[in-house]
Amino acid sequence: MSGGAGGPSCLETNDWICGEYLRTRSQELVDATVQHIGITAVSVAIGLLIAFPLALVARRWRGAAGPVLGLTTVLYTVPSLAMFALLTPVFGVSASVVVTGLVLYSLTILVRNILAGLAAVPAEVREAARGMGYGPARLLYEVELPLALPALVAGVRIATVSTVAMTTIGSVVGYGGLGNLIASGMEGFFKAEVLTASVLCVLLALLADLLLMGLQWLLTPWTRAQKRAKGRARRVARVAKAVA
Amino acid sequence: MGAIAGSWQWLTTAANWAGEKGVWHRLAEHLWLSALCLALSTLIALPVALWLGHLGKGGALAVNLSNMGRAVPTFAVLVLLTLSPLGRHGDWPTVIALVLFAVPPLLTNAYLGMREADRDVVEAARGMGMSGPQLLLRVEIPLAYPLIMTGLRSATVQVVATATLAALAGGGGLGRIITAGFGNYDTAQVVAGALLVAVLALTVEGVLVLAERLLDPMRGRRRAARTGRPHSTRPASS
Repeated sequence: MSGGAGGPSCLETNDWICGEYLRTRSQELVDATVQHIGITAVSVAIGLLIAFPLALVARRWRGAAGPVLGLTTVLYTVPSLAMFALLTPVFGVSASVVVTGLVLYSLTILVRNILAGLAAVPAEVREAARGMGYGPARLLYEVELPLALPALVAGVRIATVSTVAMTTIGSVVGYGGLGNLIASGMEGFFKAEVLTASVLCVLLALLADLLLMGLQWLLTPWTRAQKRAKGRARRVARVAKAVA
Repeated sequence: MGAIAGSWQWLTTAANWAGEKGVWHRLAEHLWLSALCLALSTLIALPVALWLGHLGKGGALAVNLSNMGRAVPTFAVLVLLTLSPLGRHGDWPTVIALVLFAVPPLLTNAYLGMREADRDVVEAARGMGMSGPQLLLRVEIPLAYPLIMTGLRSATVQVVATATLAALAGGGGLGRIITAGFGNYDTAQVVAGALLVAVLALTVEGVLVLAERLLDPMRGRRRAARTGRPHSTRPASS
């Protein structure tokens, strides 16, 4: 691919894969990646902060559930390019445009998953906790939330992965992280820049997904105990069957 | 707000609707691209999903495919395809990218629908002596219909939305109006284009919801008390 000693460098021949590009433009790549991570993290965090109360409101008052779910779903069908375009007159050309757009998108996934997680908490568990004298707030934080955690984390994972991918569109207003490199690479037909930025973007998404999976694993030790117990029960049953 | 008034003025100016760069032409491009991609992805995804669902195999593949699709930025794929040798052939990079991203939701939903078709009912039908194809056509597909249509709906909205991105990679469609606006620092045009795309996406969604109700093979027989069915959501475009 890249020329050896004396041959034309891979930058001159415009190869897809180019080590020299990585070496000479590493600062640019790092800056873009940092911007990408920052925009994604802020968007998902704000999305979670808004989605959580929204989900609680939708759960508490039946009448609110329809409008809340409907509105977030409608927002979801607005194409990202159009969303960023519509927000530009409000915020001017700034990172806020991108973050706001991404927050609005993440709401659909997060609200739905939080609601589904809370709805899946068994009624007996709730009754038992109430019988033990738990108030609504304590019930929510100490019983319902931990039980809803797997569904919640599943939602955050989907939201994060798609936010990482969608941040690239922010390049239309200049705040797209790695998307900026993809856009500038396209203008200059600079293949190595486009491919490197795209691959980094996918790696970032997968890494974020893995991190969140790990976080869930750490936060829900009881599910592991359950799984072990279930496995043990199955083994016991198998042995029993074999003995019988 | 100035931008809204400006975009209204832009939209009501007849000159902006006529000609090669006009709204009508871009809208026709957009719809043609979307329809082509949707037809291609349905032709690819549905037979595979129905077959896998009928056999009951490959579920992990169908679901993982859909999840992986989220991690890949459409914009990156569009640009990569445009810079590849394919890029010399007009709209093909766009078509390929859109199909690539529309297949997973179609496949996953149709597969899940087939698997969720009540196993007891399927067994009963088999017991009544239905052959494989009969079972598929008269029992499994009608039962899987809601989820198949959900997949089709999310794929369609996604394709219509993502076709907007084609403009970033030099393709046609309504996105061109937005990118041209960004290029000229013409906020009114940007907002007008965005409104057009958003209205189109919502209209398509509405039409599909109606079509889904009207075409239901078990219309009226399906229980109103259907419990919340899984819904594959994917961002409008990434």
